[in-house]
Amino acid sequence: MASGKRKVNRRTAIVEVARTAGAVCLGGLSLAALVRSADQADARALRPPGAQPEPDFLSACVRCGLCVQACPYGTLSLAEWGQEPAVGTPFFTPREVPCYMCRDVPCARACPTGALDRDIAISDADMGVAVLVGHEDCLNYKGMNCSICVRVCPIRGDAITLEEGEFNGRKIMVPTVHSAHCTGCGTCEKHCVTGHASIRVLPRDLGLGGDGRNRAGRAT
Amino acid sequence: MIGWWVSDSRKLAVASRGLLPAHKWWLLRRLSQVSVLGLFMLGPMAGIWLVRGNFAASDIGGMVTLADPYVLLQSLAGGAVPIAPVVVGALLILLLYLVVGGRAYCGWVCPVNIVTDTAHWLREKTGLTRDRKLDRRSRLVILGATLVASGLTGTIAWEFVNPVSLLQRGLISGIGFGWTIILAVFLLDLVVARRAWCSHLCPVGAFYGLVGRAAVIRVSAARRDACTDCGACFNICPEPHVIVPALKGEGSPLVLSGDCQNCGGCIDSCPVKVFHLSARGRGGAGQVH
Ligand code: SF4
Ligand code: SF4
Ligand code: SF4
Ligand code: SF4
Repeated sequence: MASGKRKVNRRTAIVEVARTAGAVCLGGLSLAALVRSADQADARALRPPGAQPEPDFLSACVRCGLCVQACPYGTLSLAEWGQEPAVGTPFFTPREVPCYMCRDVPCARACPTGALDRDIAISDADMGVAVLVGHEDCLNYKGMNCSICVRVCPIRGDAITLEEGEFNGRKIMVPTVHSAHCTGCGTCEKHCVTGHASIRVLPRDLGLGGDGRNRAGRAT
Repeated sequence: MIGWWVSDSRKLAVASRGLLPAHKWWLLRRLSQVSVLGLFMLGPMAGIWLVRGNFAASDIGGMVTLADPYVLLQSLAGGAVPIAPVVVGALLILLLYLVVGGRAYCGWVCPVNIVTDTAHWLREKTGLTRDRKLDRRSRLVILGATLVASGLTGTIAWEFVNPVSLLQRGLISGIGFGWTIILAVFLLDLVVARRAWCSHLCPVGAFYGLVGRAAVIRVSAARRDACTDCGACFNICPEPHVIVPALKGEGSPLVLSGDCQNCGGCIDSCPVKVFHLSARGRGGAGQVH
């Protein structure tokens, strides 16, 4: 009798545990699905200097805003609900306020979690890479000598240079970004004179091609 | 005359002990909630930087880093390897709540508590009584789920929805559409179930509830012999089940459940001063304040 009762109790206990575990997994999966659906929009976010690669950054950053508050230029902000980057994470929009590449990188120094590398030298920062996206609108491509993007770049000569080229049979000076030196600070994007910036900072995986060969591209 | 706005559960205490004594702990913890938030808002709003950051992690006067242990736990589940400041900061906060009572976070710091308390008050004043039965252990399931989701996605999963973070961060640095989630919590507590969010669903509360199981400062029903069975404390308490063993049991008069928020509602509402704030190890006799 007594042992039978215990057995029943044990069985209900096991069922209870299994149900709870099931609920935990189900809840976990739904929340994971929600989080993943936010990832897509997040892909274009530009992070503060010294940020770890995006996947590591997203698990390390606790969304405290210490980097945001440390920036003397108001470059950074924490994503609010409805904005593209993962809610609560720090990002910047160069066309509004670029990163001024402070020598002492106060934003990264303020990060308590390691999401930003506290020891980053600003010249090694990799917030993204500038890409001349608007060939049809860039004034230099039209044969003028705007070159604003080159002139404002804090590391002009290294990160961006003017290279001679030819376009529609005209000699032009092409603003050319050198990705090894460009930090993605966005000063060029900020100052580009076209209505919608013709040069824009993109995260590296969006802004650059890769080496190696695309097998699919060679098929047949 | 007792004002119409006084909640029913405090009326007996107001009548026997006066308006102020019947709201003492409530006033103190509202003051605490508002000042903690205010300290963080002073920087961005007024340029007075006594503290920086927000509830997730902060820098106190340029000297100490504090951090939310539950957020850090999710970060670890997400696979992060955090550096020392955030770890030490989270341990400090853990230590603090091991002393003052885990869910003292809920009663004394969390801004959502003001939202849900208001919903609860409005429920009473509007006579809304719909109370869908929710299991108060749901929050532990949700707590587990947030850690699973963090592991699966490699992010701090709950931070995508967490109303607590949304509200505190929102007030400090802008909220966007986050208001909708706060509104949802308010409506949930108003029309779906009594204290639906904080006492049944919130994983932050569940986390601090686990911490609270070992906490030092506890409410004591020291003068339980004087209890008149008026029910005021059960009425006001966000977690009425925690009062039963202390008030009606034979054992320790301390409210030992981790679910207790040390909010002092029971102390405020009792017309015959059964409760006071005490500490583990004092057998419920000593008075802390
Ligand atoms: S390097 Fe300076 S300007 Fe750039 S984000 Fe950091 S603090 Fe702001
Ligand atoms: S300081 Fe670090 S943890 Fe805090 S929001 Fe910035 S990157 Fe994230
Ligand atoms: S983003 Fe533009 S301005 Fe900044 S380093 Fe790169 S090329 Fe220069
Ligand atoms: S027992 Fe008292 S202090 Fe604890 S939650 Fe209930 S009302 Fe608040």
